[in-house]
Amino acid sequence: MSTGSSVIPTKPWKASNKQRAIDALVLLVALLASFTVVAVTPMKGKLAYFAVFFIAYALLTSIFKAQQRGSAAAKDALVNSLVAIGAIVTVIPVASILATVLKNGLPGISFGLFTHDMALATPTDPLNNGGLLHAITGTLLLVTVALILSVPIGILTALYLTEIKGKFTGPIRFLVQAMSGVPSIVAGLFILSAVLYPITKSYSGLMGSLSLTILMIPTIARTAEEVLNLIPNDLREAGTALGGTQWRTVAMIVLPAAKSGLVTAIILGVARIAGETAPILLLTGGGDRVNPNAFSGPMGSLPYYIWKSFNAGSPEAITRAWAGLLVLVGLVLILFTSARFLGSRKAAK
Amino acid sequence: MTTSHENEKEKMETHVKPTSLASVAQAHNVKVPGTRALGTGLETRGVHAWFGKHHALADISLDFAAGTVTALIGPSGCGKSTYIRTINRMHEFIPGAAMAGEVLLDGKDVYAPGTDVTKIRLQIGMVFQKPNPFPSMTIGENVLSGLKLAQIKAENKDDLLEECLERAGLWSEVKDRLGAHGGSLSGGQQQRLCIARALAVRPQVLLMDEPCSALDPGSTLRIEETIRHLSDSMTIIIVTHNMQQAARVSDYTAFFLSDGGPGQMIEVAPTSEIFSRPQDPRTENYVTGRFG
Repeated sequence: MSTGSSVIPTKPWKASNKQRAIDALVLLVALLASFTVVAVTPMKGKLAYFAVFFIAYALLTSIFKAQQRGSAAAKDALVNSLVAIGAIVTVIPVASILATVLKNGLPGISFGLFTHDMALATPTDPLNNGGLLHAITGTLLLVTVALILSVPIGILTALYLTEIKGKFTGPIRFLVQAMSGVPSIVAGLFILSAVLYPITKSYSGLMGSLSLTILMIPTIARTAEEVLNLIPNDLREAGTALGGTQWRTVAMIVLPAAKSGLVTAIILGVARIAGETAPILLLTGGGDRVNPNAFSGPMGSLPYYIWKSFNAGSPEAITRAWAGLLVLVGLVLILFTSARFLGSRKAAK
Repeated sequence: MTTSHENEKEKMETHVKPTSLASVAQAHNVKVPGTRALGTGLETRGVHAWFGKHHALADISLDFAAGTVTALIGPSGCGKSTYIRTINRMHEFIPGAAMAGEVLLDGKDVYAPGTDVTKIRLQIGMVFQKPNPFPSMTIGENVLSGLKLAQIKAENKDDLLEECLERAGLWSEVKDRLGAHGGSLSGGQQQRLCIARALAVRPQVLLMDEPCSALDPGSTLRIEETIRHLSDSMTIIIVTHNMQQAARVSDYTAFFLSDGGPGQMIEVAPTSEIFSRPQDPRTENYVTGRFG
């Protein structure tokens, strides 16, 4: 202990330089192999490079390991490289989508976009005419109303499934699971035929929010159920043993303990609906003017704006659509990070 | 199931002779129970418990005099925990659970129709095997959580907070960080926090289900001191696997055993008697470590 300065700290578990050189060599050979194979065979395109590279890399690392340390190490190396490939394959499309949206959307972004609506402009106008304020406010309103409706219903459903465990637990869990597979157009048509035509007889933001609520409830209920199931039963027993009724125990102990998980459930719910297009097309009427009233009048929204602009077809309209996409992605990102921030800050306190 | 209940009840009425510990106490010159302020104590008559078809506990009649500590000892699976959970009606939370017999608190059956079960649990507090402070609350909020849960108004919360933490032997360690998270305490401190939390609603009886089995010897010692202090003002029933602990903290000890069938109470006596002159050879085998 006292002569600590004369002892050099080492990390014997880290790869040696020789091992690192071998790893780099394997990577290089795999790269070379992918280029040669793509050159001499009729396979073409980026996908071919990736495919050949991954196969060659997985094979080569396991062969090297087999020679160095036997078959168990080879299997380990093979599985390792497969897992890494899986992770990369997942990230590539997402990164590619984000890059494409950024590349095509940025030229259409300007300050005026966030201060004007399309009341006095058409999608084919020059880009400095009009903006998508109406679409941003519309999407925010649609999501907010859907949240107000679906969060209580979703969480109460989860509480029924985890805390009350009544007679209908089985059927309700089955229905919730089945509902999470409902195509969004079906939710839209349902509201159209059950509410819009017989009752309100006009497009409005509320109609859109109702259909989004149908889509959102199962996501929130299922995630919240899983989160609540993770809360140790000890806490429920402790609450009851202190003379709390079931409701007081749930409200004071179970829900606060599950708070950050419930925030995640709500985020996933928002993720499910923020870009939902089909029911919006059917139900909101897609106005071009900022409409602060969710209960009457046509309501614009980002997905609707994107769809309409792409349909208009002119280069200006296409740029508008990409800009709308970028704003939608950015909006969802902001919602996510702020919700995460809020959830984690409260949990840390 | 119903018929077996009724049979057991009939049997109980004819055969049960509740053990009267007050007379035993006088004979052996141990702590004599019962001041009026503490109530007339707790008594169970012919308590049985089932989990579905499994008969877990048979015919337990015990008398817990007010202001005494009773230790329940016996091998795992003999029904000790089940028994104390029938006392504060936590047993009924297990799906398929059933019971028979009477649990009398101050002479009133806690299972009588129309009884407010949350009131019962306020009078009969419980400390669990694993420390379980509420994770979303601070140390102070944890102690007072019982009041909020049961919607009881306390006049001076700060005094109550200090008093409960003091009685649980935790005040000096946490008085400067009452706003810290309950989870930031060590295991032993967490368990004392749970004891303080149970004390805040002023229970008459405190059930402790192996409260020290997850703790280090130092914390165990602190909790045993706490139990000794508390027994001046309440009736304590403690389940323990630690024979020395039973000998150190309890006035009376009851030995439970299951011979493959339902768990039974083999013997109850003042603790010194159980450990020095047990009446039943099975008790002797257990306390001397020859089995179990």
